[in-house]
Amino acid sequence: MKRFIGFIKKEFYHIFRDRRSLFILFGMPIAQVLLFGFAITNEINNVDIAILDHSKDATTKEIINKIAASKYFSIKQFIDNEATIETAFKKGQIKAVLNFEKDFSKKLVIGKKATIQILTDATDPNTANTISNYSSSILKNYQQGINKNIELSYQIVPKTRLAYNPELKSVFMFVPGVMTVILMLVSAMMTSISITREKELGTMEILLVSPLKPFLVIIGKVVPYIFLSVINAVVIIVLSIFVFQMPVQGSMFLLGAESILFIINALSLGILISTIAATQQTAMMVSLMGLMLPVILLSGFIFPISSMPVVLQVISNIIPAKWFIIILKGIMLKGVGLAYLWKETLILLVMTSFFIGLSVKKYKIRLE
Amino acid sequence: MSISVSNISKSYNKAKALDQISFDVKSGELFGLIGPDGAGKTTLFRILTTLLIQDEGQATVAGYDVFKDYKSIRSHVGYMPGRFSLYQDLTVEENLNFFATIFGTTIEENYDLIKDIYVQIEPFKDRRAGKLSGGMKQKLALCCALIHKPKVLFLDEPTTGVDPVSRKEFWEMLKRLQQKNITILVSTPYMDEAALCDRIALITDGKILQIDTPESIISYFPKKIYKVKTSNTYQLIQDLRVYPLTHSAYPFGEYLHFTSNTSDFKEEDLVSFLTVKNHMDIEVLKTEPTIEDTFMELSK
Amino acid sequence: MKKENAIQVENLTKMFGDFTAVNSISFEVGKGEVFGFLGANGAGKTTAMKMLIGILKPTSGSAQVAGFDIKSNVEDVKKSIGYMSQRFSLYNDLTIKENITFFGGIYGLKKSVIKEKTQILINELGLHNEANKLVGALPLGWKQKVAFSVSLLHNPQIIFLDEPTGGVDPITRRQFWEMIYREAHKGKTIFVTTHYMDEAEYCDRVSIMVEGRIEALNTPKNLKSHYKVDSMNQVFLKLARNIE
Repeated sequence: MKRFIGFIKKEFYHIFRDRRSLFILFGMPIAQVLLFGFAITNEINNVDIAILDHSKDATTKEIINKIAASKYFSIKQFIDNEATIETAFKKGQIKAVLNFEKDFSKKLVIGKKATIQILTDATDPNTANTISNYSSSILKNYQQGINKNIELSYQIVPKTRLAYNPELKSVFMFVPGVMTVILMLVSAMMTSISITREKELGTMEILLVSPLKPFLVIIGKVVPYIFLSVINAVVIIVLSIFVFQMPVQGSMFLLGAESILFIINALSLGILISTIAATQQTAMMVSLMGLMLPVILLSGFIFPISSMPVVLQVISNIIPAKWFIIILKGIMLKGVGLAYLWKETLILLVMTSFFIGLSVKKYKIRLE
Repeated sequence: MSISVSNISKSYNKAKALDQISFDVKSGELFGLIGPDGAGKTTLFRILTTLLIQDEGQATVAGYDVFKDYKSIRSHVGYMPGRFSLYQDLTVEENLNFFATIFGTTIEENYDLIKDIYVQIEPFKDRRAGKLSGGMKQKLALCCALIHKPKVLFLDEPTTGVDPVSRKEFWEMLKRLQQKNITILVSTPYMDEAALCDRIALITDGKILQIDTPESIISYFPKKIYKVKTSNTYQLIQDLRVYPLTHSAYPFGEYLHFTSNTSDFKEEDLVSFLTVKNHMDIEVLKTEPTIEDTFMELSK
Repeated sequence: MKKENAIQVENLTKMFGDFTAVNSISFEVGKGEVFGFLGANGAGKTTAMKMLIGILKPTSGSAQVAGFDIKSNVEDVKKSIGYMSQRFSLYNDLTIKENITFFGGIYGLKKSVIKEKTQILINELGLHNEANKLVGALPLGWKQKVAFSVSLLHNPQIIFLDEPTGGVDPITRRQFWEMIYREAHKGKTIFVTTHYMDEAEYCDRVSIMVEGRIEALNTPKNLKSHYKVDSMNQVFLKLARNIE
């Protein structure tokens, strides 16, 4: 036992004396959370738009005022004809144009129908989508307002409510994703690098030719990173709660337990990588390419899985991160418990046991 | 027998690293494995320290089989692989403590064993191992390998790349260790260090050329050997190459070591030849072969 | 007749923080000389050499290599010298031919010249069967011989060799030194460091560094008679022991 403690002590020395690993372990997670939280948003605020008003009557003026009053849009230009639209888009000055047809009020009162064309710059399709959605809702709102006293037959009024994230705050989406990525990074990559470093330096040889049981060597390598991953997870959660006002609706305890499960999962992946990598560089590359990239692209972190081609959807099932993100969102945003998340948890458990089993099998008690 | 090796062979990708190696090392012996890079020394060490499995043959260390009883061997041997494998970012004391701990002992317990060596690096005990000079790293690595009082010590090229002074000191330390009844198997490419061992095995290209004491091994040198010198070494080498009676002519420091391909060679013949070639200050003297001469001759 | 020196060093000093690695050394190396630069590990040899080949800036003092100042004309220095070290000489995952092509290209040699030199090199070293093998598969001795030849591709006048024969088998070591002699005979200057004291004997003159200073500089013969010993090994031991 004492040997084991001595070994862990040494691992901590290595970690704290290597400035680069300290930076990755602590600097990066914090930087990422803040970056994702503040800089990258899916929401729109103060988007520059232009108005093309062929009617210039009281109704259009009312509508335009409503638009101007919203915090989502900022009316930059009033243009006169269709020809200038193209130029304005090309110059990138505006992201959308609201085109009011001629004789708007007249058409609305007499024909009960007037058209507003919403033109968006879809070079960024997500933003374009959001713009047309927002503007449509503002218009629908206005429409409801003017229809208040009129009885219409057979109305179907869609009332949308955005559950769990009414303000569509992108932070809520990113925090679980970032947390997953960070834990993966710290646990898998750092562990695999740490083990392969011993191999590279040649000290692994001495460790093997010692009475210290090989599996204790691995456990010893892993323990410090469990520790540090937990600290990282706590820091991220604290940041999310206090800086981004992200709620944790569900049980903190469950959150902690699931996080530890995921950490162990990532760690065993790290150990697995170290059994195939001979140098630290390889370990790092495999971790980045083989783990990070799939996690970022296929876990549902940024791109919704359901919009992907079926092949990728199937593949995404074997990425542990996917399940963990579902669990995180469930606990943090929906406040559900194990009763709802047992399936995902079970999947993670099975995966973890599999990786551990595989690492143990592949772990060499000799050099070859 | 402390170490017993019997017909060990090992190949990597069709290249034979070790070919039917056999030898024994007696208890308490200082045994040298002498050969250049690529001879197979490191592979042999790794097999004996249970890090690699041989393709053929058997070996025992301290009575334990290297394949079946590897766990026992790992508790009883000390191993210093090439490249001074220490933890560069731990201090001298931390390194020593670490190795003591994983062997289930403490620095104090076997201190008398490493004392002579440790006192030389003790003033630097709080310095990171990475900041030590080559000679000091060597001493630290040796201490770490000894700290648990092993029965057998394996040192893989401990003096490579180190200056002659540190090398000499290192071998003096080894001699003192021998007196404490530890069996030591050392490998080195430096032929002059071979003379300090009890017995040596000359090894090249995976094969053992000869095994014997340093004094006796030169008896395997098959010819009379002469040392030759003139004022123009470069020209001397060229001329000896074209001299019809030359079997071998190799520079050895100041002199060239020359052997002839005839059994009735006379020094005067060579002197005349060199005089004709306009050499000055000619010296041709009989001399004793060194281990290096023997090695070179046997490896041809 | 005043001989123009290949290397001229004056009070060259290098400090790392408050640690003096090289302490105001001065010496000259004449053209065509085989100069042995010896010293214990940590004595400052490698640091001094790095300054002379232009990859480390001196703290003070000056040096001219091949007539160029190492501080102001570093690029010209690099073009005029060849360099080979024990630790790195060639790319293990390229073949001999590819290595020659690569290094030839770096020094700006024309394709036709490279082709010609490749042929010469392979013939001289007898490597016809190995020319297209990866360098990593060659025994160390051959690697070093090829590396030496590669360092000569651009016909430098001065060649710096950093422990070129470490670990190499005794026969190949001597073949290597014959190659060195041959180049010296052609008038090239050779600046070599080594831990093999018998190789020190092959040099025209030898300097021994101890703790950042040059403590001895003379022909091997004179050094041996001065210290009343038979071999350079003993000179070294006496010198290092005396100072300690």
